[in-house]
Amino acid sequence: MIEVEIDGKKFQVEPGKMIIEVADQADIRIPRFCYHKKLSIAANCRMCLVDVEKSGKPLPACATPVTDGMIVRTHSAKAIDAQKSVMEFLLINHPLDCPICDQGGECELQDISMGYGKDVSRYNEGKRSVKDKSLGSLIGTDMTRCILCTRCVRFTEEIAGVQELGTLGRGETSEIGTCVERSLVSELSGNIIDLCPVGALTSKPFRFRARAWEMEQMPTIAPHDCIGSNIYTHILRQRVLRVAPRENEAINETWLSDRDRFSYEALNDDERLLQPMIKENGEWQVVNWPTALKRVAERLQQVIREKGADKIGALLSPTATLEEAHLLQKLIRQLGSHNIDHRLQQMDFSAQHSMPLYPGLHMSLESFEGQDTIVLIGSHISREQPIGAHRVRTAALQGSAIFAINPVDYPFRFPMKGKQIVKPSAMPQALAEVIKALLDNGVAAPAVEVNKLVQNVKPSEFAVELAKQLKQESKKIIILGAIAQNHMHAGTITYLANIIAKMTHAHVGFLTPGANGAGAWIVGAVPHRGINMKHLSNPGLDVQQMLQAKLAAYVLLNVEPDLDCANPQLANKAMVAADFVVAITPFFSHKVAAYAEVLLPSTPFTETSGTYINAEGKWQRFNGVVPAQGEARPAWKILRVLGNLLDLEHFDYQSSEEIHDEVNRIVAENQPSHTHTLHTPTTIPPIIEGIERLTEWPIYRADNIVRRAPALQAAVINEIPVARMPVTLANRLQLSADSRVAIKQDDCEVILPVELCDDMPDNTVYIPAGFGLTSDLSASFGALSLQRSDTHHVE
Amino acid sequence: MSIELNKICFRTLQMDKPWTLATYEQADGYKALKHILQNKVPAQDIVEQLKLSSLRGRGGAGFPTGLKWSFISPSTPAPKYVVCNADEGEPGTFKDRDILRFNPHQLLEGIIIACYVVGATDAYIYIRGEFYEPIERVAKALEEARAAGYLGKNILGSGFDCQIHFHVGAGAYICGEETALLESLEGKQGKPRFKPPFPANFGLYGRPTTINNVETFASVPVILNNGGNWFLELGKPNNGGYKIFSVSGHVNKPGNYEIPLGTPFSQLLELAGGMRDGKKLKAVIPGGSSAPVIPGDMMMDMTMDYDCISKSGSMLGSGAVIVMDDSTCMVKVLLRNAEFYHEESCGQCTPCREGTGWLERVLHRIEHGHGTAKDLELLTDVAMKMSGRTICVLADSIALPVVSFMKYYRPEFEYHIEHKRCMVD
Repeated sequence: MIEVEIDGKKFQVEPGKMIIEVADQADIRIPRFCYHKKLSIAANCRMCLVDVEKSGKPLPACATPVTDGMIVRTHSAKAIDAQKSVMEFLLINHPLDCPICDQGGECELQDISMGYGKDVSRYNEGKRSVKDKSLGSLIGTDMTRCILCTRCVRFTEEIAGVQELGTLGRGETSEIGTCVERSLVSELSGNIIDLCPVGALTSKPFRFRARAWEMEQMPTIAPHDCIGSNIYTHILRQRVLRVAPRENEAINETWLSDRDRFSYEALNDDERLLQPMIKENGEWQVVNWPTALKRVAERLQQVIREKGADKIGALLSPTATLEEAHLLQKLIRQLGSHNIDHRLQQMDFSAQHSMPLYPGLHMSLESFEGQDTIVLIGSHISREQPIGAHRVRTAALQGSAIFAINPVDYPFRFPMKGKQIVKPSAMPQALAEVIKALLDNGVAAPAVEVNKLVQNVKPSEFAVELAKQLKQESKKIIILGAIAQNHMHAGTITYLANIIAKMTHAHVGFLTPGANGAGAWIVGAVPHRGINMKHLSNPGLDVQQMLQAKLAAYVLLNVEPDLDCANPQLANKAMVAADFVVAITPFFSHKVAAYAEVLLPSTPFTETSGTYINAEGKWQRFNGVVPAQGEARPAWKILRVLGNLLDLEHFDYQSSEEIHDEVNRIVAENQPSHTHTLHTPTTIPPIIEGIERLTEWPIYRADNIVRRAPALQAAVINEIPVARMPVTLANRLQLSADSRVAIKQDDCEVILPVELCDDMPDNTVYIPAGFGLTSDLSASFGALSLQRSDTHHVE
Repeated sequence: MSIELNKICFRTLQMDKPWTLATYEQADGYKALKHILQNKVPAQDIVEQLKLSSLRGRGGAGFPTGLKWSFISPSTPAPKYVVCNADEGEPGTFKDRDILRFNPHQLLEGIIIACYVVGATDAYIYIRGEFYEPIERVAKALEEARAAGYLGKNILGSGFDCQIHFHVGAGAYICGEETALLESLEGKQGKPRFKPPFPANFGLYGRPTTINNVETFASVPVILNNGGNWFLELGKPNNGGYKIFSVSGHVNKPGNYEIPLGTPFSQLLELAGGMRDGKKLKAVIPGGSSAPVIPGDMMMDMTMDYDCISKSGSMLGSGAVIVMDDSTCMVKVLLRNAEFYHEESCGQCTPCREGTGWLERVLHRIEHGHGTAKDLELLTDVAMKMSGRTICVLADSIALPVVSFMKYYRPEFEYHIEHKRCMVD
């Protein structure tokens, strides 16, 4: 420790720290523009010049390391003179158009100029103007306002990992721009809006909607991924007009994914369902809440009476809160059914009994850094969990070796040590090869069956390399992503990954879709377990079985089956065939309206209190930030009243806290297992010989909110429904980039445009889920037949 | 007193094709290197001779070379680099160009010795893109040196390896600033780095790097052949040896003059043939365009060495002596300078990016008869606010001249403002 003095106060600090860091910790404000604690030091704006004793010149506080006995004055005449002069230079070419600038009121330049600027400019020459850049649907530009601090440039290079922005030109004619005038493709691009200290980069969907001082800032949690990013909502007249990151070093640091930042637009969407509705003789009628709820209770009781309780099924989204999931499972189970599931995108549940309390990371996101090896299995992590990908990138930059077994050679923004790109159906085989390579390396099998399982497997070069890496005594984690979980052999993949982990003392983690997959598991929103892993003597049906079984009644909580389920064709058929479907949903969907009998308007995450449990296992409670729109009610209240109407026990909650506390108490009383049970599959599923399907839920098609966010839908990285295939396959099928192809699954055919690529294995066709156009298709994975479609041409 | 010219870098100038290896070898070329390698002279001894010689960096800053070379030793972990700054761009300076043209082998010998001293196996020459003839000469010299075994693996059987790479710049003045040069050499935009860390700790590719000017490297072999003391005594204390002065402007014989440091300016002017057309000396910029101006009569009393020029408030810089007679409009001179620095600012630091353009615009107004009385205070104030507040000294390179022009020639500026025309027309 060394001693430094700043503005007369003495501090004991670690050597190597910069003056600005010490000052910031001590709440001594030094003006700055280019400095940002998460970015490299540029020292170019010169605003933070301070007076350091024994130095003739003022020194930049951001780039001057403290030394023992250093005496710093941040407000001496010398410091102030330097700071004021820099401010004058910054302002001479800056347009003084604060009244029409969207940054006005929350502009660092404006704020600091109040303290350091002059009323009158001495600059009487012509001012610089800069042509605006087009950066896509999310970020608006007004580059004349740019003060060239280069925070945005450093962000894209250092944090996002894509060199998308740069300083072009030099001197006074320097400009920030993209190298070939294209949009930003990072999933984190919106962060440059926060970083920009002036109004050069602003939020396109938000700009000109409100002034910073008019809005109220309320904290909550983002609902779209299992990271659980902390956010602030900015509210005017009871509408969320903007979302910004809320700093939480342990979770999202100071960052936010574009999905979490721009999805709020959907909250004010025209499709919001604002009143309860009942379908009478095929006509939708607006009714009051008692009528709607009474109808639901009666119809459910009728189904129980006539067909049995086990003919009722409940599907919920993993974005439902802990409280909502708990009440739904409690309701369904008290009615006498265990048919409840939130794993809508999944096809194979064979490993569900070996799961711990919930599939998650069971470790902190922060501890990604310091892992020697990270293995991604079936994970398009940058699109599934953008902040998770950022954590992996940070780890990689600090020396972690990253490996991946994936069906696509995804363009990750971190260096990879090795990758195995195989057809989806070959993923179990690829894992088996790693096990075999470990055995060949002298690692003991955790069970004798393992030897037998892989005896005929021949390890690939990749498997040998990965085995060598994993064999080392070190910290390692195997992460299973959405593709692994949604895979038709997800169970086998889970088992094999656990065998590898057991053999190498690695940690296994899942990154699940939605913000609350963990919470849904914990409360027992799964058919095979009750709350807190409670054993069930007669488990219910999983989502696929529920759809296959064509139940008599379905309760949908925040679900659009045609867009959310792994087999949308089957889901649609099941819903249409049901006697009764009730949808508790914040949005009106024509598809759902076609078969539902009752629509109950629930509130999205901003209009309810609740809890999300992220992949780490962190319980994050939040309050509603705006009142419910229209007649919409928080789903926990809807379920509570429904429980009362159905005469169910212990449904007298006065607040969501009570529900939270109930779950919390049950979990705290009996701490269940956080480890997987080891299981050896009997066979390795064969690789599909011909063409097979690969499915992902594209980043902006993941749930009912993002699907309705216009700016995200217009974003460059938003996908469109296509049949994406490698050139080799297209050539064999005589398809070209402008062809269309007929995809046939079960009894439906869909015509999709062809997109060619070179990052997928042969005989693999990627078709995204979450689109109306692809919702007539069935299984997400498995053999696929397709043929050239000559009847439909692109006009 | 007559001066013996051209004893160091230009010592082979009178010989036939002095740029060839054969000529250089006739003139004791590579003798110092051979001696060092054959006798395995400790690096420390070479550094001591350089310290004794009082050789100071010839690029402009005048940093003691022996001290700089002592920062990195053969035991410093590799990789480490030696870089030669041949991006001569300071307006008025054309000395390195002639070393590169006429004595490239002496430069190479100096670089190889530097590599030996710091234990580097790779050196880079970053050469100015407009130097067509020098580029050819140096390329040829490198070929010759490689063929003769002065470069490459196991040089002269000593076990010492050294390779010199060659990089042609693209014409930016700022790439003559050593850290901008390193950035440019790495393939990035030529923008100076914040210092510390200095190149000796964090240089090319983040590794310890010794970077010197062409003339500095080229002086080393001669110093080592004759001893540090010999060199020191050629000049004056703290200002050892000879230095090349590029004399330009209103003299009869502009050109490069390699003379002892400490030579009176009057003698240098005489060597350059005196004032053109017998006009009166008005002003001198003694060290390249970034050096503050000195009035002619003051200059006539001064000697050409670091300490004397520095005492007068200017600097010896790169040794570019720009001589102006009494027909010169000082407003125009300063405007021309300001245009240059405005054009060449890299744009990184606010005061320089914004200030250089501001200065130029105000000067442009004054020169073209649109100046106001307030402009002169403004000029000085803006210049003072640019000075010392940026990453590199480019801002100072125009700020300090502005201050000096205001100090000595303010009436000319006032005349321009008042009469909307030039005093000397």
